[in-house]
Amino acid sequence: MTATLEPRAIGRDLARRDGAAKVRGTAVYADETPVADPLFCRIVQATVARGRVTEVDTADAAALDGVVTVLTSTDAERLASTDDAELAVLQGTEVGFRGQIVAAVLAETDEVAREAVDLVRVTYAAEEHDARLAADRDDLYTPESVNPTYPPDTHEGDMAAAMAEAPMTLEATYTTPMHHNNPMEPHATTALWDASGAGHLTLWDSTQGVHPVRQTVTQIFALEPEQVRVICPFVGGGFGSKGTPHANVIMAALAARAVPGRPVRFALTRQQMFSLAGYRTPTIQRMQLAAERDGRLRGIAIDVVEQTSRIKEFAEQTGVPTRNMYAASNRRTTHRLAALDVPVPSWMRAPGECPGMFGPEVAMDELAAALGIDPVELRIRNEPEVDPETGKPFSSRNLVACLREGAERFGWAGRDHRPGVRLEDGWWVGTGVAASVYPTMRMPKSTATVTYDAGRFVGRIGAADLGTGAWTVLPQITADALGVPVEDVDVLIGDTDHPEASVAGGSSGTTTWGSALVEAVREFRDKYGDHPHDGDAASGSVNPNAAEEDYAMSAFGAQFAEVRVHADTGEVRVPRLHGVFAAGRIVNPRLARSQFLGGMTMGLGMALHEQSLLDPRTGHVVNHDLAEYHVPANADVDDLQAHWIDEDDPYVNAMGSKGIGEIGIVGTAAAVANAAWHATGVRVRDLPVTLDRVLPAR
Amino acid sequence: METELTLQVDGATHRLRVDTRTSLLDALRQRLGATSPKKGCDHGQCGACTVLVGGRRILACLALAVAHDGAEVTTAAGLAPGPDEDHPVHRAFVDHDAFQCGYCTPGQVCSAVGVLDELERGWPSAVTADVAGGPDLADAGAVDREIAERMSGNLCRCGAYKGIRAAVAEVVGVAEGARR
Amino acid sequence: MRPFAYATPPDAREAVLAVAERPDASFLAGGTNIVDHLRLGVATPGLLVDVTALTSAEIEDLPDGGLRIGAAVRNSDLAADHRVRARYPVLAQALPSGASGQLRNMATTGGNPLQRTRCVYFQDVTTPCNKREPGSGCAAIGGATRNHAILGASEHCIATHPSDMAVALAALDAQVQVLGPDGDRTIPFTDLHTLPGSTPEHDTVLGHGDLITAIDVPALPLATRSRYRKVRDRASYAFALVSVAACLDVADGEVHDVRIALGGVAHKPWRAHRAEEALRGAPATDESYRAAAEAALTDALPQEGFDGGNAFKIPLLTGTLVSTLRELAGEETRT
Repeated sequence: MTATLEPRAIGRDLARRDGAAKVRGTAVYADETPVADPLFCRIVQATVARGRVTEVDTADAAALDGVVTVLTSTDAERLASTDDAELAVLQGTEVGFRGQIVAAVLAETDEVAREAVDLVRVTYAAEEHDARLAADRDDLYTPESVNPTYPPDTHEGDMAAAMAEAPMTLEATYTTPMHHNNPMEPHATTALWDASGAGHLTLWDSTQGVHPVRQTVTQIFALEPEQVRVICPFVGGGFGSKGTPHANVIMAALAARAVPGRPVRFALTRQQMFSLAGYRTPTIQRMQLAAERDGRLRGIAIDVVEQTSRIKEFAEQTGVPTRNMYAASNRRTTHRLAALDVPVPSWMRAPGECPGMFGPEVAMDELAAALGIDPVELRIRNEPEVDPETGKPFSSRNLVACLREGAERFGWAGRDHRPGVRLEDGWWVGTGVAASVYPTMRMPKSTATVTYDAGRFVGRIGAADLGTGAWTVLPQITADALGVPVEDVDVLIGDTDHPEASVAGGSSGTTTWGSALVEAVREFRDKYGDHPHDGDAASGSVNPNAAEEDYAMSAFGAQFAEVRVHADTGEVRVPRLHGVFAAGRIVNPRLARSQFLGGMTMGLGMALHEQSLLDPRTGHVVNHDLAEYHVPANADVDDLQAHWIDEDDPYVNAMGSKGIGEIGIVGTAAAVANAAWHATGVRVRDLPVTLDRVLPAR
Repeated sequence: METELTLQVDGATHRLRVDTRTSLLDALRQRLGATSPKKGCDHGQCGACTVLVGGRRILACLALAVAHDGAEVTTAAGLAPGPDEDHPVHRAFVDHDAFQCGYCTPGQVCSAVGVLDELERGWPSAVTADVAGGPDLADAGAVDREIAERMSGNLCRCGAYKGIRAAVAEVVGVAEGARR
Repeated sequence: MRPFAYATPPDAREAVLAVAERPDASFLAGGTNIVDHLRLGVATPGLLVDVTALTSAEIEDLPDGGLRIGAAVRNSDLAADHRVRARYPVLAQALPSGASGQLRNMATTGGNPLQRTRCVYFQDVTTPCNKREPGSGCAAIGGATRNHAILGASEHCIATHPSDMAVALAALDAQVQVLGPDGDRTIPFTDLHTLPGSTPEHDTVLGHGDLITAIDVPALPLATRSRYRKVRDRASYAFALVSVAACLDVADGEVHDVRIALGGVAHKPWRAHRAEEALRGAPATDESYRAAAEAALTDALPQEGFDGGNAFKIPLLTGTLVSTLRELAGEETRT
């Protein structure tokens, strides 16, 4: 058990410290880094999904006035490590997916660079490609593990027997499509190699972790950590796509390597982000539920089929949340992958939980309907005493409290559970519920320092603020650890010159970095007491949480949606979406609310709009821009509310906090799909819930 | 092909030579070092590059610099009446936490200023019940719908829409109060 | 992006001649479509002739009670005009249904109807497209076809026209004033756009160098009871899946007169003459409206696609038309 900090600054409704700069636009992002005389890099992408580059004719491009160099796999520098095929930029002639970088241009102006890439002529020996995901493929395989290190399959009891013997069974297949993160700031890097020959590289990169970028770059270019500095004070969103460096970062460093002493700017275009910056795999989820007449589950199973790229494996842990969610003595979860000639999938907000709570939570709704049980009550009846997977008690688990509080706030009581019977002003109206879950994670490595100077305390850690609020909440945590007013504390982040920090991923940032700062403060106070002198400094690192041996740790939530479906057109609207979350202690309610609402909004997009259309004929995402890949617009959001229940968890960390950046997206799409069924009687098992999928019924 | 032109940006006059292909956005960002207008899509699909030209909100990415010789451009950085002062929209955005990552924010702020003016002029929108009469600013629900519709050309992937609406509504309310 | 020259001739006639004499010249007005296309490589002009200041930015009353809208009138100013809002609600609704506030402040009356299709394959120069590169084939057929045409398509092109304003103008019997190398002429708006046939590279009947100088909307008392209904995936800032522009005059429970144009269904704003004929004299009931939709969709041919195709547009358009006409008739009953 951790001694929880006395909350003084923690829990306060403080405005963002970077707010004034952001509303004026004076906060500087990677592509805007003021550098002298930059060159502009643009890329040529493969137009075949599989094959080999046989020739790259760069003559016309190179001859263009203002072009500094054209890079191809023939002349680009050999990288020290090409183990990661996604990052082996211009290291060979093989094409692993359509959109792969096959050449690059460096020019004095962006306009010339754009013109030059159009003049590069690439010839391919195309091979037959395969970009079609299906559950009945005969080449599906079992990965060694699923993201990050979970076993691919689990079996408890006898699921087949449960299905054969239970009084009520349900079997259905649910799908979620390919999704793209689409942060508003395209992936961008300004790169500069030292001209002195010392081999020092500076990257101003838009990233969720400056130290992870440095680690990758040092490996690939065979450099020492001291030779690479990565700087990123602000990130224009990432949602996982900037959590791990993609080919664009290596491209920028490789391009700048050709012109030591000159900074190079390289930003992906929005269209390029659809093939080079990661995405969420489409998932096919075959669900089985075996239940008693009273709704208690005898068995639950999920068999997942999804894709990865042929050149690099990423196995989304879609089946994992089913392992911990509901009590059932018979359980099976499996993952099978198809390795296709497609871009490399990666993290997108709540990998695993986000897609993996769609099938189960719609299936639970279907079971509730089949049994005539209130879907809120059905979930409560299946609340486990301990973690079904490990048998450990939960450090805190308040799903039931979230369901009850949400039902109360939403006005769930007295709901007529029959579908398709409420027509108001030409709209079919329905309501739905789904549960949310996200594990509470702490990364193994992060260090912080605290120094005192002229009446102020300054924390330093290479953390990232992607809009999550690290600039604001880390001072709150540090101030409470020090026992001083938050106004007297600064915490500097976003630079590898600060102590090493873990990635902003897995909703682990505040837990991990906050814990490191608390340790640094502990060291500081041990050394200097409460009356430090100018220049006093101490360092501390995050400890593994011993309580993880004994407790399962997760945040939980419940989402309630009201859906209206136009009786004549099938247009789907969500006039109400309310979430209630139990996520430990909330460090800053204003910023936390934004995180929850932001996750729910992205979940709303997943429910109603989002799908990347990968044309199997070409392996190309054809709706590769923001006009055709529909993220929610302002008018899609109506009465959106996030609430939380006070949760006192002494086991998670010194702040008593759980991660909140991802749980908001989990369950939203299921709640909306369930409400759409309640409105219309049409059960949509394939996202998104577009009008054509509910239109035929009426 | 290059051409010479003058831009007034946030009150300062700039004389510059640009390629005819240079967008107003790239002229501002890459030539003048302005960080306020952002590039989110470069194709008129996200609104991050919104600036005011002659007081009206436009997308700088779809404007050619060469066609804007002499234009008066106001970015979110230039809205404030003084260096240490806030525009009411700036203040409302911070108060309502109407952003997270901040990348779409300067465009949202410029767009909000444009919306305030358009509402003031009584321009109808796609959700105005009575197009002949114009938006009903006396009805809070109608104002919320008007703001949501009018701000929909500014995408925010962090999902700060609720805060954005509250911020703009607050300034609309203040403006209304000031008129009474 | 290919380099181009930029010119600002002194008047419209000079501009027309400047474009006419260079095959690779294009007009530039609001820029919202062509600048997008320059950057995509869809448009590769060698000369851009800026006509923004060369045509009228005024809306004038015509003697018959109609309006002459100068080609340079911005979409936002047109939507805000009190005469448009009172006389042609369908147009005042269609305009703000399109794009965003920022884009409407840029886009012009002359440019909006000439915007090109949003077919994703047309916009991607790495895929074949007969409209962009005649003879290269149509990648949309058998591809992602959710947004494509169900009426008037050909084996060469199944694209739709994306404008909302143009659908309203088709319903209103607007006339297009054109200045060409050989002088002025007037084209009925419904004849401006063409069907793809075997020449999908042409969107309209305009020749190279032809410049729209104004659009006339004739007096149409019927239009005071009119409506534009757009159905799209997102609640705003999205192109239409389908749309309906309708003017309806109901007397004694019967449809006295009607104008209907459809968007999102064809290569051009689709004036639904068959639906209008079916409705004139018919009782103002859902049954009649449904019959009108059936008449309009008699020749509808949906497309298959890996994304599920666009057969849903048939019931969707039917529902949209029925609901639009029902609401218009209800308005009439109330007033």
